[in-house]
Amino acid sequence: MMATSKKILEREPSEIEMLLPWHAAGTLNARDSRRVEEALAGDPKLARQYAVIREEYAETIHLNESLGAPSTRAMQKLFMAIDAEPERKPHVSLNVAARFTGFFARLSPRTLAWSASLGALALLLQAGLIGAVLTNNRPASFETASLSTDETSDRDIGAITPPRALVRFAADARVADITVLLDKYQATIIGGDKGGLFRLQFGNRAMTKDEVSAMLGRLQREKIVSLAVATP
Amino acid sequence: MQVLYGRHHVRVFRFGLRLVRSEQVAEDLISEVFLDVWRQAGKFEGRSAVSTWLLAITRFKALTALRRRTDAELDDEAANAIEDASDDPEVAVQKKDTSNALRKCLNGLTAEHREIVDLVYYHEKSVEEVAEIVGIPENTVKTRLFYARKKLAELLKAAGVERGWP
Repeated sequence: MMATSKKILEREPSEIEMLLPWHAAGTLNARDSRRVEEALAGDPKLARQYAVIREEYAETIHLNESLGAPSTRAMQKLFMAIDAEPERKPHVSLNVAARFTGFFARLSPRTLAWSASLGALALLLQAGLIGAVLTNNRPASFETASLSTDETSDRDIGAITPPRALVRFAADARVADITVLLDKYQATIIGGDKGGLFRLQFGNRAMTKDEVSAMLGRLQREKIVSLAVATP
Repeated sequence: MQVLYGRHHVRVFRFGLRLVRSEQVAEDLISEVFLDVWRQAGKFEGRSAVSTWLLAITRFKALTALRRRTDAELDDEAANAIEDASDDPEVAVQKKDTSNALRKCLNGLTAEHREIVDLVYYHEKSVEEVAEIVGIPENTVKTRLFYARKKLAELLKAAGVERGWP
């Protein structure tokens, strides 16, 4: 018996065996935890060792809890020392990376997800616009001079500008919902996320003041829209 | 700072006390630790849990405090800390009090073994966190705890406690 114990003591521990204390404390990651559980299920010796570890775990907690708490002297000493410290100016120059990371850390995963998707949509739109401009500006290989009597004057462009609005979507809005809404209103995103607001353009024709106000009213009542205001 | 202190001071105190084995020194330690935290709050990078950061500072302060004291002081205080009103391991076993014997033997481990046992079982730190606090590789963390447990088994065996492992 003694010889067997000695032999066990002298051998190198296996990886799973070494992880048992963390399994008992519940601090293993899911993968290692699964590995340990599988090993325990198929190895009675390991299971016996685990039972011993559970005992050690419980007694270590008991022992530490019995140590009590510090007196108020420690706290008094600390706050006296803090009071004696020279006054510090607030740290105003946070580095850019920290602010950038902090901003994204504050956003919920869902907001992040749809913001990223909208960003991608905006990029696609921009690519489309650039493509259209390039196509329209492409020099013709052969042109003849002609006169058109019904050409619209450049001065009239302002009159046909479709209505635009600044829109903030609800935090739980899904990309699919936003796409449906854009289709429904024949809207396109023409400006990126500025403080959570997107610049949208509706249709391709000008609307009367009443039409714009009625459309914005409908938009404002949409579940996934938290704010919609007209903008030039 | 009050919220941080309120939330962590007891665990910091207990970790420190297990290392320095003197309530007086452990109390001094916690004010030093939290004062350091107050001074260096801007340096905390958030890569680890606040408790891990606090325990690492506590450990450093405790080792510094231990180095300041003479060996004679240490021996006296260590003896005082281990000696308490409960029975020694053999007597405890006679009374069939295995738990008491186990606690006695946990106290009998070396500082190096005690701290790793406490960090894993009581402070519930992962392998990575213990490595960060103690400043050793993760594999060393695992083997050190294994050998601490082996030592504990030897101490218990010497006290007449058989637990079925090793």
